[in-house]
Amino acid sequence: MEAALSKSEKRAKVRTADRQFDYSGSQCLKALREDDVRSVLINPNIATIQTDSRFADRVYLLPINVTYVQKVIEKERPDSIMLNFGGQTALNCGVSLDSEGILDRYGITVLGTKIDGIRITEDRQLFKEAMQKSGVHVLPSAPAYSLSEARKIAKEISFPVIIRVAYTLGGKGGGVAYNEYELEEIVQRGLSLSVVHQVLIEKYVGNWKQIEYELMRDSHGNNAVVCNMENILAMRVHTGDNIVVTPSQTLNNIEYHKLRSAAQRATSQCNIVGECNIQFGLDPCSERYCAIEINARLSRSSALASKATGYPLAYMAAKICLGYALPELVNRITKVTTACFEPSLDYITLKMPRWDFQKFEHVKRRLGSTMKSVGEVMAIGKNFEEAIQKAIRMCDIDKDGLTSDGDNNEIYFPEEIEKIEQSLLHPEDDIIFTVVRALRAGITADRINQLSHIDPWFL
Amino acid sequence: MLDDRSSYSGIGFGCPIDTAGEVVFNTGMVGYTETLTDPSYRGQILCITYPLIGNYGVPSKKIQDIHGLPKYFESDKIQVRGLLIHNLSRVASHWTAIKTLDQWLYEEGIPGIYGIDTRDLTKKLRVRGVMMGAMSVSENRVAEESRLSKLMDSEYYEGRNFMDQVSVPAVRQYGDDMNNCIVLVDAGTKYSIIRNIIKAGYRAVILPWNSTFEEIMNYHPAGVIISNGPGDPTCCVETIKTAARLIDTSTPTLGICLGNQILALAAGAKTFKLKFGHRAQNKPCKDLSNGQTYITTQNHGYGINPESLKGTGFRTWFSNIDDTTIEGIEHEKKPIVAVQFHPEASPGPYDCAFVFDRFKELIENSEKAVKKGNLLQTSNDSKLHGGKIAQT
Repeated sequence: MEAALSKSEKRAKVRTADRQFDYSGSQCLKALREDDVRSVLINPNIATIQTDSRFADRVYLLPINVTYVQKVIEKERPDSIMLNFGGQTALNCGVSLDSEGILDRYGITVLGTKIDGIRITEDRQLFKEAMQKSGVHVLPSAPAYSLSEARKIAKEISFPVIIRVAYTLGGKGGGVAYNEYELEEIVQRGLSLSVVHQVLIEKYVGNWKQIEYELMRDSHGNNAVVCNMENILAMRVHTGDNIVVTPSQTLNNIEYHKLRSAAQRATSQCNIVGECNIQFGLDPCSERYCAIEINARLSRSSALASKATGYPLAYMAAKICLGYALPELVNRITKVTTACFEPSLDYITLKMPRWDFQKFEHVKRRLGSTMKSVGEVMAIGKNFEEAIQKAIRMCDIDKDGLTSDGDNNEIYFPEEIEKIEQSLLHPEDDIIFTVVRALRAGITADRINQLSHIDPWFL
Repeated sequence: MLDDRSSYSGIGFGCPIDTAGEVVFNTGMVGYTETLTDPSYRGQILCITYPLIGNYGVPSKKIQDIHGLPKYFESDKIQVRGLLIHNLSRVASHWTAIKTLDQWLYEEGIPGIYGIDTRDLTKKLRVRGVMMGAMSVSENRVAEESRLSKLMDSEYYEGRNFMDQVSVPAVRQYGDDMNNCIVLVDAGTKYSIIRNIIKAGYRAVILPWNSTFEEIMNYHPAGVIISNGPGDPTCCVETIKTAARLIDTSTPTLGICLGNQILALAAGAKTFKLKFGHRAQNKPCKDLSNGQTYITTQNHGYGINPESLKGTGFRTWFSNIDDTTIEGIEHEKKPIVAVQFHPEASPGPYDCAFVFDRFKELIENSEKAVKKGNLLQTSNDSKLHGGKIAQT
């Protein structure tokens, strides 16, 4: 099947922001160039590879906001725009451009997931409704636009609750509240940080497993679930600060495929075209699950997924945006089979975040629903032990491995044991080393699981 | 040890015995409880490429789904002859787990070896094709190569009929008595096919693989499903005969995996052995009627010869995008369809469960047509004019 677009005249625009998205931006531009599509890139970050002249036909080193983007649109008059390769910033900007009528005025088509679809995934209320329509469970929740509303909702749902802020990334402004006092502090901060002055109050299930899926979907409805990931520190810690393994390790067939089917239904309902990431919570003691969020764009985890599976998500997503059907794209590794498949791994990949707390004196080292890490490492191995040891070494934190410090014969006094248990309950960046100390101190794996919610298999 | 006399060694687990069989590999990453109990693996030694197996342990057979079948298994026992993996999880961490993989294999008398370089083994099987092999697990060092060779040479897979080992010996029923029934010809069926029959609103009547057409029709089924199963389809002579009668009488029929091949053979087509088979949960198959592609779960070692399909009345319904093998057929005029992959999944993605919906539609349309036919019979007597007769 031929791609539905005529190629040489077409212009498209790509916008990207962070360094994290350099990979996705460069891949996208490569894909466009192969198809003779003229590309214009807006990216304020000069320290990126994609802003090199060999990728895009024109590069604007400008901030990504409505004012500047409009200026570029005015000058370049593109036919279409791509918003999924620039992270949250690009998405937010795209939605603003649309609400201000700029896209309509200049007759610009949005390639990939349309603005309506993006809105559904970002607005918490629309998201909830879409999930219910597609038969995907969500946790009890309600949006709040003021503190008094928030208080009422929290009472109905009952504490603990988690506050999520609309249109932000990294869990910014959000947090978990166990009582009204904490609720007030977090909600006030959250409302001020949200572009639409909206926060979502939702039931908190910190002990549930946190599982993510990376999906590719084309405009004909063909889809492939390229990767799934499990967050070792469960729901309690944001995925950016979590230790992630791919593929998931503790899900059986029914759970894995139930969530996979839910991911397909959810993304279909939102009319996702291209790539997206969907996160689920899964009860460790039953088959109950819930959809947490969809990110209708390439993300930090898609970069991880691409490297872990060898499947170039950004490149394929760009091709899909241009109109190709997933089955007609070719698998870049084998070169003879289709890209419409789901990579099957015979190894395990582990991602460990890297923090820089020495540089930020006043930041609490406690991990939670707001992301604090500044980078990450990825390790590949044939088993979990190998992968985690490699990851620790690469983190460059002066440790040769999980058990290199300390001594197996150390004796632990009761006060120390209490301190260790506290650390498990309130994880900080050195959580895995705390687990080692806990095991040495004679604390059982069951108890560690109770406190930290790390699945016993990892322990 | 493989039949090219190369060998792999590792650490044994499960039951310490010797066994031999055809060595095959599966790339699925989840679902070992379903995979190991899939009767299509009878007579085979399975190598799982995913390196960490046993993580979520083994649940109890007593946990049943809403139809009264064991929820996490596809038959009542482990069907593979032996298991080869890279890493065994000694810990079973799951809310349903009551034992480890090691314990389960031991209880069922199946040997396993871990520490095998599964990547190397898989690559070899891909290049050379599936091979016969023998494995030995014991407390003492295994050094008797000649014993293993003899064992391997004494076993065979091709041309062997496994039906008496996997097919139900007498009729069995599941589902509501009040519902119409679908007869499932059991050539080694997975429980999940039964689950889907009941879900579609029918009662499932399971009959042995060599049931005759008359025996099946005694139950007045709304439709017939020919199940999956192990081995070479040409060995199932009786089933092929019955299938031919089903085609002749336009009985609504669905064939799954082995059933697909049997229907093709009954129609006059030919089958062949694939080099290393398709055993995975990620195979893309294109529905030729609408161009849509689905990710499917597969476990087969034989396929239909596409050239031989000409003139049989069947055409290709699904095609494997990667190697163009036939993944599904449909009859041009009759309500008979078949798929090579597993729409019932388990393990694997549920994307193709709609195949059962299509079968149900075929049944209902065919019932309507029969009714119309009967009406017209009686009305012909009273000489009705006009009106077109719908042909099935």
